[in-house]
Amino acid sequence: MFRLKNGGLINRGKILNFSFNGKKLYGYEGDTLASALLANGNHLVGRSFKYHRPRGIFSAGSEEPSALIQLGSGAHTEPNIRATTVPLFNNLVVTSQNHFGPLEWDLMRINDFLSPFLGAGFYYKTFMWPKSFWEKIYEPIIRQAAGLGKLSSKEDPSCYDKGFLHCDLLIIGSGPSGLQSALCAARSGAKVILADEDFLLGGSLNGEKLQINDVSASDWGAQIIEELKSFENVRLLPKTTVFGAFDHGIFGALEVKDYTGQFENKKPRQVLWRIYTKQSLLCSGATERSLLFGNNDRPGIMLSKSVRQYCNRWGVIPGKNISIYTNNDDGWITARDLKDAGCNIVTVIDERSDINPPIKDINYHLGKKVIDTRGGLRLSSIILNDKSKIKTDCLAVSGGFNPNVHLTCHQRGRPQWVKDYQCFVPGNLPKGMNVIGAANGVFELENIFQEITDKMERILSSLGYKTKTTNKIKFNRKPFNVGAFSNSLPEGNVWVDLQNDVTVKDLKLSVQEGFHSVELLKRYSTLGMATDQGKNSNVLGLSILSILKNKPIEESGTTIYRPPFTPVPIGAFAGRSRGSHFRPFRLTPSHKWAQNQNAVFVEAGNWLRAQWFPLPDEKSWRESVDREVIRTRKSVGICDVTTLGKIDIKGEDSGAFLNFVYANNFGKLPVGKVRYGLMLREDGIAFDDGTTARLSENHFVMTTTTANAVTVFRHLEFCRQCLKSNWDVHLISTTDHWAQFAIAGPKSRALLSEIMDSGVNISNKSFPFMACGEISIFGGIRARLFRISFSGELAYELALPRRYASSFMNAMTELGKKFNLVPYGTEALGVMRIEKGHAAGNELNGQTTANNLGLGKMVSKLNDCIGNTMSERDGFNRKDVLKLVGFTPTNEMHSLVAGSHFISRGKKVALENDEGWMSSVAFSPMLGKSIGLGFIKEGDKRFGERVDAINLLNNEKIEVEITSPHFFDPKGDRLRA
Amino acid sequence: MIIPHPYLGPRDSCEFVYKGDAALLFRPEREDPVDYDTFHNYLYLRNNPAGEHKELWYHEYGDRSWLVITRNTETHEILKVELAVDYLKAQENGN
Repeated sequence: MFRLKNGGLINRGKILNFSFNGKKLYGYEGDTLASALLANGNHLVGRSFKYHRPRGIFSAGSEEPSALIQLGSGAHTEPNIRATTVPLFNNLVVTSQNHFGPLEWDLMRINDFLSPFLGAGFYYKTFMWPKSFWEKIYEPIIRQAAGLGKLSSKEDPSCYDKGFLHCDLLIIGSGPSGLQSALCAARSGAKVILADEDFLLGGSLNGEKLQINDVSASDWGAQIIEELKSFENVRLLPKTTVFGAFDHGIFGALEVKDYTGQFENKKPRQVLWRIYTKQSLLCSGATERSLLFGNNDRPGIMLSKSVRQYCNRWGVIPGKNISIYTNNDDGWITARDLKDAGCNIVTVIDERSDINPPIKDINYHLGKKVIDTRGGLRLSSIILNDKSKIKTDCLAVSGGFNPNVHLTCHQRGRPQWVKDYQCFVPGNLPKGMNVIGAANGVFELENIFQEITDKMERILSSLGYKTKTTNKIKFNRKPFNVGAFSNSLPEGNVWVDLQNDVTVKDLKLSVQEGFHSVELLKRYSTLGMATDQGKNSNVLGLSILSILKNKPIEESGTTIYRPPFTPVPIGAFAGRSRGSHFRPFRLTPSHKWAQNQNAVFVEAGNWLRAQWFPLPDEKSWRESVDREVIRTRKSVGICDVTTLGKIDIKGEDSGAFLNFVYANNFGKLPVGKVRYGLMLREDGIAFDDGTTARLSENHFVMTTTTANAVTVFRHLEFCRQCLKSNWDVHLISTTDHWAQFAIAGPKSRALLSEIMDSGVNISNKSFPFMACGEISIFGGIRARLFRISFSGELAYELALPRRYASSFMNAMTELGKKFNLVPYGTEALGVMRIEKGHAAGNELNGQTTANNLGLGKMVSKLNDCIGNTMSERDGFNRKDVLKLVGFTPTNEMHSLVAGSHFISRGKKVALENDEGWMSSVAFSPMLGKSIGLGFIKEGDKRFGERVDAINLLNNEKIEVEITSPHFFDPKGDRLRA
Repeated sequence: MIIPHPYLGPRDSCEFVYKGDAALLFRPEREDPVDYDTFHNYLYLRNNPAGEHKELWYHEYGDRSWLVITRNTETHEILKVELAVDYLKAQENGN
């Protein structure tokens, strides 16, 4: 066993069972998956991305490049989870990734033997031809061979949520800097949030043996955490990764509430926080980096500080005979802690020769390097540059530290190189951000605590708080010293990026082929591009680039760090906005009533609208729709049209305002009348249409199309506030306040007369086509009546306060029986408007002008209105301009298809012969055949001509005749009846 | 981003809709004869500076005010927020 008898921050009283590739193992409460695997002697946990090399656990934190595992099973499974960040829980099921056959005998390891041929750019260069092979053959094979974990392809059953937090000071990281700063801020009264990605707060304190104020580091940390918990102005967020620093002090953070995915009560598994801060303090510490030598990727080769953490925090010894390879003082701390814990230390190899070894009673080599390693599935020995071979099963490597500067770069901050510590430290910071501790390149605790005292006073006073005195801190640790990067290239197969399998040879090749710039090198070699975003590999890569280019590291700079710091699942970004919650539906006032009539619903913008109302004996939707159309045209139909946008316009300049926003004249519209209005965009393209009624001299009611209700209102507010700000105009949207119904058909007047209160006369004479008025119905319910018709029938639209809609529909159903009233849906509505040749969304598609729509004559030539000037440009008024016309198939058995393109008969089907397209089609039950509306060049002059309607999707060609768009009752006698 | 609304205080930018260059406020009047070039320039020519920029935002999920916001396009720093109607008045008065 690899577990120490005692020590560590684990609860030996609580055993947790888990399985790895089906093998039953156990660990303790407080373990991570990685520490439990190591305690069971499992170094080998996966295969590498490209060469399928055996890979083990490399680190103890979120920077882990190798130990990516598949967590859980079934629909809950999550791929590419770093074993080092998962808290162990009972019955956890884990499998390894990216191998064919057993992990120990991966069949794809052949790639490793082929590796001399698989260098940078291999895929770009090799799989070029034949071109057609890429999609069908090469890509599927490559995707199969290279890659990481697998998705379940089932719907994720877990729940995710989003939340918003506000604070004076967000502290990121709960190591010594974060805790001490948080305490200082908490005592001052500032509102503090302290977030850390680990499930146990304390950061590096939990993995160190040093003493602070005469207690162990972890106890010192725990005391502060206990005190922090007592403050109401402090919120602690463990298991929460701050992954991005955005504009104006806004941070994104992911809290992983639960890894098991087995929350029964639908509590969220993960929460995406948006944190609004006045100031922020980055205490993210530093990540250790490796050293470069031949075959430096074998399981058993680990970061030195991580080895020390496994020993101190989890009581796990990752090897029986451990060696340490370092270029700095930190490696010696690992040696001392392991030795104190009773490990067998084989040797310490330090690249520096000019140091005084801090531990004497130990075997060590000064001024030496490791140049190669041996071993299969596990490290067995290392070879030094003096050719001596040392047997060892674990090599703890320390190549210095990279401050975790990522969040400082999210707004284009550029890190600065510090020669003394051989690392990049934060450059220019986002506004409101401060950095303390190792993240700032300050590694000695004494300096860190001094920095906290200085900076916190400034930060807190800027927030309006006074610093209270903090405890004096005494501790025992020596200053830090690190050796410089080597200036010669290491020999052999040397891995720079463990996760993406990028070696020194790949970097060499990239530079040879001209990819000198660090950004190009990254993309060509894929250095630092994987899920770890190069937390270990970036600076190592830069050190190689600097050797290859013979320039210092600071001159090549770094690539840009972008959010997220660690991967964030798509599910967390989606939150609860999934399925029908992706965009909540708006329901029409008659929705419940329509449900009771067994309506079939369709999404129309945000709305759910009744599409048709099937009767029990009807076998197809066409049967229902045909019936609805025929009965409406024969007797009377009713349709909920509440979804049309309604805008109430008041003020002395309302008439002038409508003249300005509509292309046709409205100023002279008499009170009590309605007019059709066409709205253009400023560039002359048709924007929207609808009707506007004048209820009194300075009071208009506008309707818009359902789809454009929001954008038209926005546009009108722009015209009102930005273009005509001196005018007296007031707007309010009343779409949701008025339920509106179209009542259409020859018997509509008779039906309406039944509900009118006395005193309202709706005879054709006193309430003719295009009349409107405020009336009352059902004995005192106020309503608005508009005699307008989209169907071409004698028709009205009746608006009444929304709350009456349901009882209104019930009453109408009852009263309508003797008139043979039929409810109709959007489908019948569409059929009737196509029979009448009215333009709708398909025709107002953002490409068409008033001229195209056959409405050119409506556009004002005299007034200044939005869009009329640009609609006069030459291109919109060419002789062969597209015109909206009707189409019928010459063989009435044929059905037309919307989207078909028109080609003159006998001409080749080619883009240059394209004359226009079919925009709307329907089967007309009145005409007994398929009819269509569409745009064709000079269409208004070509009635009777035959062209081909080509549908390339089905390779169909239908001969059609160009007709007037007014298929049914072209003179409009019915609507004036 | 956070936009300090002159009446409603700091608001998250997700409450707003962006339109573009504030030059859109200065729409030419249609006169006889029609000057098509002026309209063309108004419609299509925009400045796209790296740095300070006056632009139009609409507080759609708020009080429906159109705002003129002076923003640094490089740093996203917001330097000034005015109601479009106030901005236009100030322009008229020559301030």
